[in-house]
Amino acid sequence: MIPLSWYLIFSAALFCIGLYGVLARRNAIAILLGIEVMLNATIINLVAFWRYRNPEPMHGQAFAVMVFAVAAAEVAVGLALIISIYRRRNTVVADDIDIMKW
Amino acid sequence: MATNTLIWLLPLFPLLAFFVIVLFTNRNKALSHTIAVGAALLSWLGSMIVFVRALQGGLPFEEAIDWIPLGETHFFIGVRVDQLTAVTLFFVAWTVLMIFIYSVGYHNFGQPKGDHDHKGLPPHGAKVTDQHGHVHAVPSIEPMYSRFFAFIALFAFGMYTLVVSDNLLTLFVGWEIMGLCSYLLIGFWFAKPSARAAAIKAFLTTRVGDVFMLLGIAYLYSETGSLSYNVIFSKHTLEKLTEPAGFLGMSIAGLIGLLLFIGTVGKSAQWPLHVWLPDAMEGPTPVSAMIHAATMVSAGVYMVIRMFPLLSVGWQEGGALTPTMTVMACIGAGTALFAAVIAVAQNDVKRVLAYSTISQLGYMIAALGIGAYVAAAFHLVMHAFFKALLFLGSGSVIHGMEHGVLHTGDHSVDPQNMFNMGGLRKKMPVTFLTFTIGGLALSGFPLVTAGFWSKDEILADAFGNGYWLAFIVLALAALLTAFYTARQITLTFLGEPRTKEAQHAQETKWTMTLPLVVLAVFAVAAGWVGIPEGLTGGAIPNWFHEFVVGTLPEYLPALEFNFLPMLLSMIIALSGLTLGWWVYREVKAGQPDPLAKLLGTFYTWMKNKFYFDELYDRLFVRPAYWLADTFTNKWMDRGVIDGFLHTVARVAFSMGGVLRNYFDLPVVNGFGDAVGEGTKSFGKKFRAVQTGKVQQYMLSVLVFAVGILFYYLLSLLQP
Repeated sequence: MIPLSWYLIFSAALFCIGLYGVLARRNAIAILLGIEVMLNATIINLVAFWRYRNPEPMHGQAFAVMVFAVAAAEVAVGLALIISIYRRRNTVVADDIDIMKW
Repeated sequence: MATNTLIWLLPLFPLLAFFVIVLFTNRNKALSHTIAVGAALLSWLGSMIVFVRALQGGLPFEEAIDWIPLGETHFFIGVRVDQLTAVTLFFVAWTVLMIFIYSVGYHNFGQPKGDHDHKGLPPHGAKVTDQHGHVHAVPSIEPMYSRFFAFIALFAFGMYTLVVSDNLLTLFVGWEIMGLCSYLLIGFWFAKPSARAAAIKAFLTTRVGDVFMLLGIAYLYSETGSLSYNVIFSKHTLEKLTEPAGFLGMSIAGLIGLLLFIGTVGKSAQWPLHVWLPDAMEGPTPVSAMIHAATMVSAGVYMVIRMFPLLSVGWQEGGALTPTMTVMACIGAGTALFAAVIAVAQNDVKRVLAYSTISQLGYMIAALGIGAYVAAAFHLVMHAFFKALLFLGSGSVIHGMEHGVLHTGDHSVDPQNMFNMGGLRKKMPVTFLTFTIGGLALSGFPLVTAGFWSKDEILADAFGNGYWLAFIVLALAALLTAFYTARQITLTFLGEPRTKEAQHAQETKWTMTLPLVVLAVFAVAAGWVGIPEGLTGGAIPNWFHEFVVGTLPEYLPALEFNFLPMLLSMIIALSGLTLGWWVYREVKAGQPDPLAKLLGTFYTWMKNKFYFDELYDRLFVRPAYWLADTFTNKWMDRGVIDGFLHTVARVAFSMGGVLRNYFDLPVVNGFGDAVGEGTKSFGKKFRAVQTGKVQQYMLSVLVFAVGILFYYLLSLLQP
């Protein structure tokens, strides 16, 4: 088996890529994509630990499925919010939605 | 009623009248005068009863109560009627009653209210229209009618208290009450500046005397421990007081007597404290009669007569006079002459009488000074009667003249100036007759007037005991007295009217003429109780002498009768009267006083009262004003005290300003403001952090999270 650390590094890298996407993309949908990537990275991390530490019970897999489900629900909600904003402001650029400031 | 109770009541009737009038009946004029006259009547009745009982014997009537507790003992006050008190009560009661009755008419009771009368000014007359449509100006009723009766009632209380008291303290109380009433009554018409000034002058001048009198009383008390006559005139006490006082070689008694005498100098208007009495004529005439003729000034003489045992300690009849007696004789005789000289040149009918009073009081004091105790008391009683008569008569004359002034409407004519009068004997016969009787009594017209007997006794005593200077001075004063009296009567009543006002004069009402008649009877007959025994060869006893001499501890026999002084006084009186009549009988309207040309500059001096008022003004009044106004008011009060206060205020203000501007505003306000402003500006700057951009928020979350992670990891690295 390949060492655990490879999976962890991979998941960290993926997480950072997702983080970069969240922080640097203009489009709100793209930010959502980035969040998706981050979530997937954490799932990988979670499954890797499960497989290499204690693969017998199915807790890891169950957990990963829950995370997927939550991620999907969350994206749905997020998209609904973006659509709502778009309808109001006619833009999906995150920087333009800055009225909650001083 | 027991005599002692009656004596206690005598002063109380007028006091009650005062309070009732002041508190309740001030608005009701008739009720007020009824109460006042009623009180005077009751006191008169009581005095007569006491007098009659005194004649029956059993004197002295005395009763004392303990008033102030003083440690073990008490201070006693009480009443004491002895022979001197009895005769004094007699004349006080009669004169007070007559003056009260007179005041009803004098203040025009029954007349209408004046057209423009003010309280504080003499009534000015009212215009009435009779049934034919003629307008007459008639005298109007005094606006402050009830107040007058209240004041004279209070005054009567003071006099009765003084007369019946048995100790010096209540005598002094009565003395001071009369001084107060004198002030109130002289300044009765308070809206006149001259009346106000005269009232203050009277009060302050008598005050000077009263201060010394109080010193005398205090000294007496400290030496003897009592002020009761019984104690201070006891043989034991008098012997104790014979010791020298260490002041000019006088005995203690002599010094006390001198101090008390100075009180009399003030109260009885002797030189040098005589200046208030002529000015006191500003008051209504009943006031002049009562206070300044019959009662108050007599109180001064009464007091020294009372204190005679004290003054004459160490003196024997016919021996050398004590220093105090010498002082009294000099001041008395000197004043008698001095005032008589001034009276000759006065034109106001009341002023002549005022100076005449001063002169006659001088007689009484001189008599006491030379030891003629009974003569002084005798003259006191007689003088009260005829002087009251003369003053009331002059008031009647003035009323008559004012009637003339109202008739002609010319108010520039002075109704009191004798040179505006003349011929009034036809218009005012009763006044003329009674006034002449009074005037003759004053001059000492032989045999049928009271003044003759009393004045003669003084002169006889001076002659008989060899006091030549006193005799000559008093005889001269008697001559001048007769002269100015005849001058007064001639100018006022005889001849022809010199002005239209005198032509239209009218006799006054019965309330004014009745007292004149009563007093005239006394002025004629009262002297007959004191006829010297030698004159009639013992047929008529000298009742007065025998009665009054009982007051002295030792019997003083009457002087051996000598016809020479009596003859001399007869000649003096008659010649003075004749001379006065002769000089003035032809004075016509507008003519000056015949004496003016004769005496030249000296006449001017006489007329101006020898400039004593001006002297006192320079010496005392102006420095007092300077002290009050410039020194105390401007320099001390406004300069020093107010200056100090203003400086304190200024310092406080400037300190306040400094504190405000340099501490309060910058530091305290500054701190508060800085907190607020600082918070605001920080907030202003800091809110730029809230950009509203989500990605920036996330970035800062990341930065801080990484920071915390690093911190955590680094802390794990530490061993």
